[in-house]
Amino acid sequence: MALRGLGRRISIGKRCFSSASEVEKRPRDGKQINLFSAINQALHIALETDSRAYVFGEDVGFGGVFRCTTGLADRFGRNRVFNTPLCEQGIAGFAIGLAAMGNRAIAEIQFADYIYPAFDQIVNEAAKFRYRSGNQFNCGGLTIRSPYGAVGHGGHYHSQSPEAFFCHVPGLKVVIPRSPQQAKGLLLACIRDPNPVVFFEPKWLYRLAVEEVPERDYMLPLSQAEVIRQGSDITLVGWGAQLSVLERACDEAAKDGISCELIDLRTLIPWDKETVEASVRKTGRLLVSHEAPVTGGFGAEISASIAERCFLRHGLQLEAPVARICGLDTPFPLVYEPFYMPTKNKVLDAIKATVNY
Amino acid sequence: MAIWIMRLRLAHHLGKKIASLEALKLSSWASSLHPWIPASLASSDDRYASKLVRNPVARYAARRFGSTKAQESVSEVTNGSKQVMDFPGGKVMFIPEMRFLAESPGERISCYRVLDDDGQTISGSSFQEVSKEIALKMYSDMVTLQIMDTIFYEAQRQGRISFYLTSIGEEAINVASAAALTINDIVFPQYREPGVLLWRGFTLQEFANQCFGNKSDYGKGRQMPIHYGSNRLNYFTVSSPIATQIPHAVGAAYSLKMDKKHACAVTYFGDGGTSEGDFHAALNFAAVMEVPIIFFCRNNGWAISTPTTEQFRSDGAVIRGQAYGLRSIRVDGNDALAVYSAVHAAREMAIRESRPILVEALTYRVGHHSTSDDSTKYRPVDEIEHWRTARDPVSRYRKWIERNGWLCDDAESELRSNVRKELLHAIQVAEKMEKPPLAELFTDVYDQVPSNLHEQERLLRETIKQHNGDYPPEVPV
Repeated sequence: MALRGLGRRISIGKRCFSSASEVEKRPRDGKQINLFSAINQALHIALETDSRAYVFGEDVGFGGVFRCTTGLADRFGRNRVFNTPLCEQGIAGFAIGLAAMGNRAIAEIQFADYIYPAFDQIVNEAAKFRYRSGNQFNCGGLTIRSPYGAVGHGGHYHSQSPEAFFCHVPGLKVVIPRSPQQAKGLLLACIRDPNPVVFFEPKWLYRLAVEEVPERDYMLPLSQAEVIRQGSDITLVGWGAQLSVLERACDEAAKDGISCELIDLRTLIPWDKETVEASVRKTGRLLVSHEAPVTGGFGAEISASIAERCFLRHGLQLEAPVARICGLDTPFPLVYEPFYMPTKNKVLDAIKATVNY
Repeated sequence: MAIWIMRLRLAHHLGKKIASLEALKLSSWASSLHPWIPASLASSDDRYASKLVRNPVARYAARRFGSTKAQESVSEVTNGSKQVMDFPGGKVMFIPEMRFLAESPGERISCYRVLDDDGQTISGSSFQEVSKEIALKMYSDMVTLQIMDTIFYEAQRQGRISFYLTSIGEEAINVASAAALTINDIVFPQYREPGVLLWRGFTLQEFANQCFGNKSDYGKGRQMPIHYGSNRLNYFTVSSPIATQIPHAVGAAYSLKMDKKHACAVTYFGDGGTSEGDFHAALNFAAVMEVPIIFFCRNNGWAISTPTTEQFRSDGAVIRGQAYGLRSIRVDGNDALAVYSAVHAAREMAIRESRPILVEALTYRVGHHSTSDDSTKYRPVDEIEHWRTARDPVSRYRKWIERNGWLCDDAESELRSNVRKELLHAIQVAEKMEKPPLAELFTDVYDQVPSNLHEQERLLRETIKQHNGDYPPEVPV
């Protein structure tokens, strides 16, 4: 599938998602497909392998506004794949009840920007369901999937990255894939994980990210970060669509002789501190980057945790303050999107500044 | 007009079960509303059932009304003197006069009642028969609930438990509704329905354990008192936020439908709960998904200090059912037989027709909202006393039982004395028991304890070693 520019969006170039990784092998038994197709495959497999799995949300019946649910209703029937009324709190509450009865409830929130009416159900009910009942009950079969992030022209209400709100809630898992192959494996893992999960899908990558994705049923581990690139001078941490920005920044930094280690966090809570810590002990420098506004963003948690753990210990230390290259503290703007975003050059400048600190 | 829900039976036909339901007729108290339920509509109103247009909504309507034949699209059909238009959603008649639907139908929805204030069955009343065994268990549980409430309330006042809320005045609602359900029906309570748990077999010791948060508390000491839950008894754990359980029940009902269980979901909430968004969301979902669920509203007149006049301007909760497409009934919540009958019928309809039913039980919250409330601050003491005595559902029901010759005074006082003794003992046992161990602070956040919590536990234990005096000794470390 050809890459296309998005209006005045800066050119994003060719994306490489199949970088060699020593943590996981990349299987070569798949087809080149995009993100929404990979997610679609995961949903087909989820419904095929568990007769008590259900997919529902606004407009999922005809295939969904991003085509993630194409073909599901025809194949599995309108009892298992169905539209809901336009009501996020209802979708979440209904999903919790369905999951509490032992089903796999795969709920879609059409845009992450609209997840807030469901926030009470997610935070006060889903996240606490097992704990408050003394493990008599649980809604572990719940997965809420939602498109998030910048899309080039989304403005305030089609571009948000609300992951930080949910990272503050014990009892939830928050998972964000960077690519089609990752998305399929992570989504299947989320669906089958016995805890309520919020799965944010980078909508910008739905059509643009194309990668070889195995056709079989496979899962990727949760709460395990992946070191996508090895390096020795600085550790970069990100998730979702931001990984490709970080990757290009790494490529350019390499031209200046800076060796970057790149980590995809994948699961934001519970997050894999050990992998990030091990990397920062090696490099001595950390940069975190996300689209969400910098203040109170999840980068703050990573920065504080790593500073606590790696400040000065056994001769290894942080050589520089942790850098955060993130969205601005404004509502997500329309014409100013290119200024708002944590772009490759902002990241590259910060890499150099940190290395030269 | 009365709402007929079953064949007419007189009170003296004891032991006979009510036969299958007849066609329902809703009172036509507003001319603009359909007088018939959909089952009747299909046969009596062919004009709508047969002329359908090719839009998906009409096709959906056709499934309900039995005809699937697609017809020519018509934008206007003249039918005698009335003109009909079609829009997404179906055909509507249009009228040239501008008329606003009144904000209320004029007359309040009538309230189904079987027993008068003296415990006599009202002549002409119809109700679901109940066996002597069930009737006596209902009475015994209502009395137990009263005593439980009195003693636990006192225990809180004495500082032995941190919090409590009573169900005084709502004993009939609690117990009679539970009696009309089966153990397989899944209950999603608000918090003023411990009588449902009691009916199902939760023991006084189990109640006490939760209130004291001891190591035998199924909730592992994590929540405030009265936040009971029992998976064995299909009673989901209480959570404090209002109305959040209502959409859960809809999801659960959908599960029951998909699994083809002969059971329904039941969810309870107060008048205040009907203002929350979750209530509206849930009723709408239930109607669209066509699930077997009973929405049971305990309209007790108060949401803490807020009277219903400040809660809504509709005719209570029952009137909202039709707005969402739900069959609904209003019932005297202090009449155990009426509550029993209504829930029995609602359950049958819900399961057989896979549809949601709204039951609004009118009652009065005799107690304060909770031990953190003093309701004499916002309502007259004599009003409270009136409802506590003259309108007590338990004594009213007792009169009916006594008239049947099923209860004598000795049995009554023996029951009360036994319950009191058993409960006091249970409280003693619960109070002495140690709390759950510290490790349970960290478990069940997820199915497995994650590494960040292992670390936090480790650090906490170090702190405890350093500052032992900061921590309550009843929690084993």
